[in-house]
Amino acid sequence: MHKEAAIREPLILGHKTYHDITEDVCKPIEDKAPRMWYILFGIALIIGLYGVGCILYLLGTGVGVWGLNKTIGWAWDITNFVWWVGIGHAGTLISAVLLLFRQKWRMAINRSAEAMTIFAVFMAGLFPLIHMGRLWLGYWVLPLPNQFGSLWVNFNSPLLWDVFAISTYLSVSLVFWYIGLIPDFATIRDRAKKPISKKMYSILSFGWSGRAKHWNRFELVSLVLAGLATPLVFSVHSIVSFDFATSVIPGWHTTIFPPYFVAGAVFSGFAMVQTLLLIMRKAMNLEAYIHTKHVEYMNIVIMVTGSIVGTAYITELFISWYSGVEYEAYAFVNRATGPYWWAYWSMMTCNVISPQLMWFRPLRRSLLFTFIISIVVNIGMWFERYVIIVTSLHRDYLPSSWSMHYPSHIDIGVYVGTIGLFFVFFLLFARFFPVLALNEVKTILKSSGESYKNAPDHGHAESH
Amino acid sequence: MADKVIYAMYDDDDVLKDGAKKLVSKGVKISEVFSPFPIHGIDPIIGIKNTRLGIMAFIYGLTGLTLATIGMRYFMVVDWPMNIGGKPNFTYLQNILAFIPITFEFTVLCAAHGMAITYLLRNKTLPGMPAQNPDPRTTDDKFVMEIRLSENSKYSTEELEAMLKETGMIELDQKEIK
Repeated sequence: MHKEAAIREPLILGHKTYHDITEDVCKPIEDKAPRMWYILFGIALIIGLYGVGCILYLLGTGVGVWGLNKTIGWAWDITNFVWWVGIGHAGTLISAVLLLFRQKWRMAINRSAEAMTIFAVFMAGLFPLIHMGRLWLGYWVLPLPNQFGSLWVNFNSPLLWDVFAISTYLSVSLVFWYIGLIPDFATIRDRAKKPISKKMYSILSFGWSGRAKHWNRFELVSLVLAGLATPLVFSVHSIVSFDFATSVIPGWHTTIFPPYFVAGAVFSGFAMVQTLLLIMRKAMNLEAYIHTKHVEYMNIVIMVTGSIVGTAYITELFISWYSGVEYEAYAFVNRATGPYWWAYWSMMTCNVISPQLMWFRPLRRSLLFTFIISIVVNIGMWFERYVIIVTSLHRDYLPSSWSMHYPSHIDIGVYVGTIGLFFVFFLLFARFFPVLALNEVKTILKSSGESYKNAPDHGHAESH
Repeated sequence: MADKVIYAMYDDDDVLKDGAKKLVSKGVKISEVFSPFPIHGIDPIIGIKNTRLGIMAFIYGLTGLTLATIGMRYFMVVDWPMNIGGKPNFTYLQNILAFIPITFEFTVLCAAHGMAITYLLRNKTLPGMPAQNPDPRTTDDKFVMEIRLSENSKYSTEELEAMLKETGMIELDQKEIK
């Protein structure tokens, strides 16, 4: 049995048994949903449906309904795309990278963080698809033999790399998530009383039995998937940044982009995990499993990645001057002092100053403060993408082409709609899926549970 | 041949593991263990070999790598070389840097999905399969050890049961299987 230092804070508070863990996680699924759930679900559904309406209008009318113009050909759509992909980075990072580093605190949060990842990547994927205008021709991005002559997609283009990166990331995350869910669905199946839910969870659990051989395979598959997903996480946002970095637009043409984008993605992803989990732990009585220590660990990740992002901003500024390229220098001076100064300074405040407050232990252990900062960070990260995309484009080389971007109500509707849809998915997940990785949390009960930790040699004298 | 199976239930993973060690040292063959989570260290005790799924993942990955290379060489070099800013595009090697991202992604795609599908098939866990655990509590907090009489011909049922009772089990169950 693996032993842990006594001074390390326990990860499972209270005197839980294996059965208590099952009860605590399955209860919210088996009980009737609280009224608050229906209210939140209703609100999210209405907002989501409004977004769907905006998308249908967009598809029927054309991309012209967005506030784009010939100078600013990319604005909210790609901002939202990058924002959602960034949010979608925390889940796989938590479950894959932290698994490789054997971080046990990940076990309480990985399931819901991964669900969040998958739903966020759904939302992200929507934007390039609707930006095509003719959604039903979306399959043209695949290298399919076709009737148009020897016409293939361009494998030299970062936009096509993106297609492969995002779809690989989405499908691998989904598989990773589901492989972990199978044993937990089996737990719900074996407890279910009502015939319909028994049938449903029986189908979802694939007939899982918990044989020793299956667990042996399960652990290896999780480990190898984590090993595969780790470079995948880093590659996905690097490739997203190539969409900009390989172009010749001043402000985009920067070699610092890949690491800077990856850090930013982890930064915003963890912020979104905090926003969701702080509410979920309260609403579903999971305070014993997701407690201050978990929040503190996540805040440290936010602090570190936030500092990397801040360093990147300042490096960018320095290089724009040091390079001696006047277009580059102008792009950055214009960001800070031009017509979009407010976006730039919102970004700087939210992303550079706010994570630095996490150096103070009482602040990073305060749940209310964490919640506020997590929302501030997500606002800041949206502005980061807006600043990079719109302010770099709006001053074209020819002053006669200079322009401003004003979002149309469809721009806003589609964006807000994706937030609604995201919450629809997440609320359904919280209602019907085990939100903690039951089988994983049970494995750490004896090494990191409060009642076992401080009992001298409780039941595991044969330590090795 | 008709066979008899003994299921011994435990409420603690460490007790089961100690029990299994004792039984195996007496020459009892334990055919299966059902548990709600992986019991670390049980596999060598009951003689389960490590899975070879990792090797399969590597092979699937190599397949992906090869397919991506062949595909992109055909599309971009053989069939229709594109002139992009006059950059050299006559051989695969001249263009390889632009192909690395997709080669990597496709390798990961094939390795991950190939391994996941193999895992589900080898486990025989597929949508709609009936549950195979002997007791529904084994996915909650109970641990079951399965012993087959046909694999332990040197002991009688009574002897096996007596030995199991010494290991701290909490429930005993028997089943005839055909």
